[in-house]
Amino acid sequence: MQMPEPNQTIISQRDALAQGLRQIVGKDWVISDDAQRRPYQCDGITAYMAMPLLVVLPGSAQEVQAVLRFCNEKGVKIVPRGSGTSLSGGALPLEDGVLLVTSRLCNVLAVDEHNRVARVQPGVPNIKITEAVSHLGLCYMPDPSSQLISTIGGNVAENAGGVHCLKYGVTANHILGMQAVLMTGEMLELGGAYLGAAEGDLDLMGVLTGSEGLLAVVTEIAVRLEPIPEVARVISMSFASVEEACECVGAIIGVGVIPAGLEFMDRKVLDAVSVLIKEKFDDRTAALLLCELDGTAVEVDALVGVVSDVAREQGAIELKVSTTEEERQRIWSSRKLAFSAIGKLCPDYYCTDGTIPRNKLPEVLNKMADMSRKYGLDYANCFHAGDGNLHPIIMYDAAKPGDLEKAEAFGADVLIACVDAGGVLSGEHGIGVEKRDLMTHQFTEVDLQQQQMVKCAFDPKDLLNPGKMFPTLCRCAEFGRMHVNNGNLRFADIPRF
Amino acid sequence: MLSHIPQAALDADPNVQLAKDIIGNCVHCGVCLSRCPTYAVRHEENDSPRGRIFLMKDMYEKGGVPDVRTVEHLDRCLTCLACEAICPSGVEYSKLIAHGREYVEEHYKRPLFQRAVRELLVRLIPNARLFRLAIFGGRLGRPFRGLFSGTLRAMLDMVPTKPLPAPSPVDRPQTFLPAPQAGKAVKPRKRVALLNGCVQTVLDTAINEATIRLLQRHGVEVVVAAGSGCCGAPAEHMGDEAQALPLVKANIDAWLREADGPDGLDAIVINTSGCGTSIKAYGHALRLDPQWADKAARVSAMARDITEFMVEIGLEKPATPTGLRVVYHSACSMQHGQRIVNQPKDLLREAGFTVLDVPEGYLCCGSAGTYNLLQPEIANELKERKLRNIRSVHAQIAASGNIGCMTQLAGEVGLPFVHTVELLDWATGGPEPAALKGQKLAAE
Repeated sequence: MQMPEPNQTIISQRDALAQGLRQIVGKDWVISDDAQRRPYQCDGITAYMAMPLLVVLPGSAQEVQAVLRFCNEKGVKIVPRGSGTSLSGGALPLEDGVLLVTSRLCNVLAVDEHNRVARVQPGVPNIKITEAVSHLGLCYMPDPSSQLISTIGGNVAENAGGVHCLKYGVTANHILGMQAVLMTGEMLELGGAYLGAAEGDLDLMGVLTGSEGLLAVVTEIAVRLEPIPEVARVISMSFASVEEACECVGAIIGVGVIPAGLEFMDRKVLDAVSVLIKEKFDDRTAALLLCELDGTAVEVDALVGVVSDVAREQGAIELKVSTTEEERQRIWSSRKLAFSAIGKLCPDYYCTDGTIPRNKLPEVLNKMADMSRKYGLDYANCFHAGDGNLHPIIMYDAAKPGDLEKAEAFGADVLIACVDAGGVLSGEHGIGVEKRDLMTHQFTEVDLQQQQMVKCAFDPKDLLNPGKMFPTLCRCAEFGRMHVNNGNLRFADIPRF
Repeated sequence: MLSHIPQAALDADPNVQLAKDIIGNCVHCGVCLSRCPTYAVRHEENDSPRGRIFLMKDMYEKGGVPDVRTVEHLDRCLTCLACEAICPSGVEYSKLIAHGREYVEEHYKRPLFQRAVRELLVRLIPNARLFRLAIFGGRLGRPFRGLFSGTLRAMLDMVPTKPLPAPSPVDRPQTFLPAPQAGKAVKPRKRVALLNGCVQTVLDTAINEATIRLLQRHGVEVVVAAGSGCCGAPAEHMGDEAQALPLVKANIDAWLREADGPDGLDAIVINTSGCGTSIKAYGHALRLDPQWADKAARVSAMARDITEFMVEIGLEKPATPTGLRVVYHSACSMQHGQRIVNQPKDLLREAGFTVLDVPEGYLCCGSAGTYNLLQPEIANELKERKLRNIRSVHAQIAASGNIGCMTQLAGEVGLPFVHTVELLDWATGGPEPAALKGQKLAAE
């Protein structure tokens, strides 16, 4: 994986830049010491590391504004970071870039119970929003599995999903308004605190959500709150084959039920988990589906009946339905422990994130078995089946030379297979650096140019999180005159990774 | 996480190899940040478990003298172990930080003042007589505390303003037989050794007295073993293995003498969860010492918090259920270190109290052994946060199972603060805890 060549002139100005930034955020909140910068070298992917030029932790939106303005004037790049949990390397630092960390901006500013809106700072961990409003019977629905610590700002940047997004939608569906700062320091107010944009407005919130920190730094977010569902029950369904389980996923959605969550685990995951939860799964089980249904008691009871019937028709060999909250939690614990359980089977694993149409699940899962043989690496599957969001867990040993490269190639093959099956590169983790070089497989050169022109409109000097998402650095000045003639791109000298 | 610690360092010290293995289990997911008190205060990666794991990785990779920043961030860790309890990958942070601190103490020369303070604490706390004397000295110094800052100020602030209780006769080595029933002696159901924690015997003698009464009433014979004393935790927290090990070994000898004696021993009961965590880790601390490894493991296996033990033998029906609203503060060493979460609350409920949880209950109160003396700023911020959270549930009594937290919080919380066993003792026929006497318990 290649990153843009660091600018040595900027690196040589480190002390002076630190000095200037200290005047903005105070001396305690600029980290320039070698030892203290090292823990910021990576986010949730440890395979990619880079030493940030400086780490800055602003304490207010105004300080964010001043930091961006300062860096813009000096031509210094910025990499925004929340809690550093990205699984696509979105917060991977640049050696000639300032890492702008939002963790000190962690206040819930206002809760409007009647209109079900909360206004929060970007460094608030996802779960803290729900904690702040649960006494009102409300919650914030999107629930990425990192929700204990991943920040809402990071969730907006990656358009995070989670188990419940099948029924309730992803982050983009829960953002009502935001305040964001451009690289120049200009502050934008987008959307309102209520549903619907004003007439004639461009949906810029839609553009910023999922923009992976390439367009602006979000400094305040108005999120939609939902009532906590009255009842939730989960059905655990075992199948003798992966194909049957996959077909059942389509069949459930096909009868018109949208479960609150619909998760898939293969036998390898079940074996790993059974060690942790000290519970054995039926020997015949090749795959397990967990289907959560929520709503009012009457509604949930009826849906449990419908889904159980579908599962039986699809050949489920065993059905378990939770009757109490403890039972529900216990059934879910197998899914929640899946990744750590796999972590105990191998020194390292690599989990990627392609998404495919539900009816292609059996086809792509079979291809993965072939790839596993090709690369000689073991893998396991545990994913959000309801929305076709795959999370293959590829097991490797980082200490073995060449193993990481094999795992990366395996992951890339899976993602290419996803795109070829009519899917996309990412369901919820984002592109970052991890999937950047595969963008050309999903998009044509023209598509990518159009996307980069959006980037240029927001950040013409390409200072915000450059090197992420696009396999080619953009030179915005040239876009006005850029044409592709007979497939020949002009300015072929622009660095490509 | 992959580390590149030189092979020579791994070969030279088995603890470095262990550190490498533990670091290898960390996947850098960041879940630990959500539970870390220093991260809650500082919001900075270097003051989080994940950041400290990274710092220790670098420290071992580079070898030699650790840099001052690394030491500063490792010093700020409260060792509350909330991170270890929540870690989905099972990273044994407690072992990593313990050996990391030993490495710091071996390789890093602290400034004179820091060294003096640490030396003082390591010697004072395990020794009840010296500790008593120090409090007397502190009283004389207290009027001048405005002249000091940092650790000295924190020490003077900590000096209790109330007169200290006289040393209790129960804390001398002896054996307590089960309470007679209907005037007849009772054959003991169990025989246990009680650790009479060093600081506790000076600051609050009522806790051990209540524990012994409670156990006697439940048909248990209790022995305060000759030769047992401080568990060694204060020195161990500061990475001072040389000071800690003699205390550890003295305890092991004292308890095994009882266990191997004619009457045997069913458990070692501990009513200070900080000490409990440390004693349960004796097996690990001495695992590489062929002479002591087995003995230490035996002691660790017998160690029980008083609430664990009471759940095992079953609590008598309460004499008079009061229904008083008790807010239960779980010490870190209790809930994270020993993973004892429900037993104390279940017992209090059985004893007829209404039990309330503290919001953000996973956060440390800042006491953390000697932390409040060494890191007064962060400790105070955590204390204020804990006080607010405890007050927010409008209880009538606060209870906890660790003298450290009680000392940190009791003076300012605004409601009587007692040890869990004092309430259990009271409810099953013992005297009303002194802290409650004469108090008009705040109504709802």
